[in-house]
Amino acid sequence: MLIWSRAGRAAVLGVTALVVLVLYAAPLAIIVLAAFAGQWNGVWPSQMGLGNFTAVFQGAPGEAVWASLVTGLAASAVALVSGTAAALALRGGRGIGRRALDLLFFLPSAVPSVSVGLALLVAFSRPPVLLNGTALIVVIAHFVIVSAFAFGAVSAGLMQLPRDVEQMAESLGASAGYRLRRVTLPLLLPYLAAAFGLSVALSMGELGATSMLYPPGWVTMPVSIFALTDRGDVFEGSALTVILIAATLVHLALVQLATRGGRAGGRRSGTA
Amino acid sequence: MADATTRPLPHPHRTLRHTLRAALPGSAWVVLPLALSALVFLYPLALVLHEALTGGGAGLDTGPALRVLGAHIFRTALTNTLRIALASTLGCLVIGFALAVVLSYVPFPGRSLALRLIETFIALPTFLVTLAFTFLYGSAGIVNETLMQATGAALPPLDFLYSSWGVILAEVTVYTPFVLRPLMAAFSTLDRAQIEVAASLGARAPMIVRRILLPAALPALMAGGSLCLLLTVNEFGIVLFIGAKGVITLPLLVYSKAIQEFDYPTACVVASANLVLSVGLYALYRAMVGRMGGGHADLV
Repeated sequence: MLIWSRAGRAAVLGVTALVVLVLYAAPLAIIVLAAFAGQWNGVWPSQMGLGNFTAVFQGAPGEAVWASLVTGLAASAVALVSGTAAALALRGGRGIGRRALDLLFFLPSAVPSVSVGLALLVAFSRPPVLLNGTALIVVIAHFVIVSAFAFGAVSAGLMQLPRDVEQMAESLGASAGYRLRRVTLPLLLPYLAAAFGLSVALSMGELGATSMLYPPGWVTMPVSIFALTDRGDVFEGSALTVILIAATLVHLALVQLATRGGRAGGRRSGTA
Repeated sequence: MADATTRPLPHPHRTLRHTLRAALPGSAWVVLPLALSALVFLYPLALVLHEALTGGGAGLDTGPALRVLGAHIFRTALTNTLRIALASTLGCLVIGFALAVVLSYVPFPGRSLALRLIETFIALPTFLVTLAFTFLYGSAGIVNETLMQATGAALPPLDFLYSSWGVILAEVTVYTPFVLRPLMAAFSTLDRAQIEVAASLGARAPMIVRRILLPAALPALMAGGSLCLLLTVNEFGIVLFIGAKGVITLPLLVYSKAIQEFDYPTACVVASANLVLSVGLYALYRAMVGRMGGGHADLV
């Protein structure tokens, strides 16, 4: 509706298609292609097959899938609880104290992930708490990185909630705890699920902090992908990248599906 | 006497809860996140700053820190970081704005598919793009092999990947979705009648873009742009995966000092400088989001 001439539209859409193809479609397609490639000597790869995937699952990189999933789920679960508590506490508040706390809970997203890793390494390689070389320090780093995100997503969700439902519950004599359990949290559920879903996705792709402090027995997928490609195993690295992409997208779809199923007659009742 | 027997005794549990609630009205929930933040975020960061300002010694000694900040490698990393971040942000703004205009106002089949494809990249790791670019534009990549077969050249003609330009192109790809999102939101609230009226009065597309769409998008561009600056200054995966000797940024310098040279005091100084820069950019981003009228400063 902005461009009426046929030639102008064709030109604009042609350039747009080219940009989307070059910047977004081609990178995804090429990673998938490389993941199935056995050799790549000319323009196109040859000896296509599942060899890279079997190599990944038979070797150490297979353990990275497990490490990434556990780290992502654990860090995101804690971040969700902590972020929800923080968002509820700061909800509707005013004044300098509230603004300072709001800033504090957002701050981890402003700090470079490598610095988060360095800070944890410096802090927990000395007494009183020694965590260097444990899987726990990786989970803690991921928690710090996703915590701001979880807090932000839950806060944004809280702002969308209709206040009148809660006020009605209050006027009917529901206690604060009852209101939270039976009114606020159920209304918030889609936002909580979305926050959890994207937190896990963020954690599964985390590289900076993890490269600073992963112990030998707890290598996550991004670290493993870097190790593989750095030593020249680019096809195996691509296979693991495809697994990482698939795990992320499947997880996001599952979270979306779960909230939709659990909330039949909820937000979408208007369209049903 | 009679009162004491008829009145029910207060439940001890209840009174404690009431006292707590009176002392911390509505905000007792903040204790858990605040304690976690202090332990695993503030305390470690304070140690890094402390290490940087004392040089690992007992008292305040800025000598070692100043030596690091004056060193050639730090200066190079700082200029590289700023140059790459500014160029990438500019690229994101231009491409993000153009894509947002087309996706909002030039209907075409596959529009929602394109939007979903681009938005998927927000959830995916950044280094993925670099890895893909090595297959596409690397010295033995598809583009170079095709050009070499076509022209008979002995050397790969396209040689930009292992330089700042490779990093910039990857960062533009990865961070354009972060600009696209607020822009699409801004355009969705813009009254379409404005464009129809302007068009019926004879305004052509470039004029409509300049006089209506650009001013309407300005707050979103400022917010998205400052977010891009922050994220590109902090970017690590893309630079690490490019692995170019000449492209050292601040996060990469922190990594190489700490992990490859075990020089933690220097790493702490560089990390502190990076921190000051990032927190400054974050403040800029919050100010821009505030001007946009958004109540929250959600990063994704």
